[in-house]
Amino acid sequence: MTDKTLTPPPHTEPVVFTRDMLDWLPWIEPMAEQDMTERHLASLVDASRVKSPYFRLLARDPDVLEARTRTDKDIFYNPEAGLPRAERELAAAATSRLNGCIYCASVHARFAVTYSKRVDDIQRLLDEGVGAKLDERWEAIVDASVALTALPITFGPQHIDRLRAVGLDDAAIADLIGAASFFNWANRLMLSLGEPATQG
Amino acid sequence: MTSTTADVIDTLVGITSGSKLDAIRAQRSEARKHAQASYLGLFEPRDPGGVSTGERLAVASFVAGLHGELQTDAFYASRLAPGIRAAIAAEVAAAKTQGPYGSYPKGPLSVENTVGPVYRVAEASRAALGKRLVAAFEHAHMLVFHPRDAAAPSLQALLDAGWSTTDIVTLSQLVAFLAYQIRVVAGLRTLARSL
Repeated sequence: MTDKTLTPPPHTEPVVFTRDMLDWLPWIEPMAEQDMTERHLASLVDASRVKSPYFRLLARDPDVLEARTRTDKDIFYNPEAGLPRAERELAAAATSRLNGCIYCASVHARFAVTYSKRVDDIQRLLDEGVGAKLDERWEAIVDASVALTALPITFGPQHIDRLRAVGLDDAAIADLIGAASFFNWANRLMLSLGEPATQG
Repeated sequence: MTSTTADVIDTLVGITSGSKLDAIRAQRSEARKHAQASYLGLFEPRDPGGVSTGERLAVASFVAGLHGELQTDAFYASRLAPGIRAAIAAEVAAAKTQGPYGSYPKGPLSVENTVGPVYRVAEASRAALGKRLVAAFEHAHMLVFHPRDAAAPSLQALLDAGWSTTDIVTLSQLVAFLAYQIRVVAGLRTLARSL
């Protein structure tokens, strides 16, 4: 049988960056829950992700999904040292804003607000983009994320100097590099395998 | 999975055991371990399924070339046959541009739309690459430079060229993983120079 792309059900496409919860509709067929082996289920890492069409689609290559997910969790959730979690989420949101991933930006803007409580700054980043006025530390983090995301990559010693000047140590800078780089992975999957939809 | 391949990010950055950057990476040991596991899952898979190792390396070399990362490109290209390497080099030269660009859904964000090239493999390279890689390269170029232009027809083009749904997941992960790996390497190399 030749595989076909899917036609998503009727839905409303978000046309702005938002902190609202969004759905995600795949363009190719996720695995059916009943067809998933133990290996497929284990690759989800969190059992609840079996309800997500995104993760059931990626589970078609379980070794890569599991490695991707465990990389993601350590970069963003490991509480030890490095960059405060709010600012790892800021880097993820800024990267998603520049690449244009409305779905990813919504998730990580919410997380950034949860950890930082700076709802106005995060909303300004969503509304105005990566040039939004924040404060010197957050602008340094956003600019470094932009420089790592742009092609050609423009991240250079001037970004490191500016990050140090606003108080990031070497471990925090390494976390920023990990967070912004990781969202260049995540954005490309979310953007190219399906589309966001507003809820309700 | 047993592999003797050394940590690829460490290798490409030039991180040596006991160095400052080695200690920093050790603080995120799970991320380090699973970035390597991602590499192994994509390039030394237990079961390659529908995507051959040659196809994986060819796409990787093309993607690294598009990023202008010579060492990463060489790392993947070195395992390819000379004929296909020449075709990939020609395509990289023709396809390299600046990103990210692309269009948003029609609405308030349309003012941010930026136009850029839609890449098609040159006629002269099609025979050396074959139908599947031609489709994969055209898709990979979009993922690298203008991922927000992706739409269901992009995936249909891959299906039409003989990629299955599962193959497309693997291909997408491969290109997206490289977008990560190449940036981590570039970022850590810059950090290493300032330590």
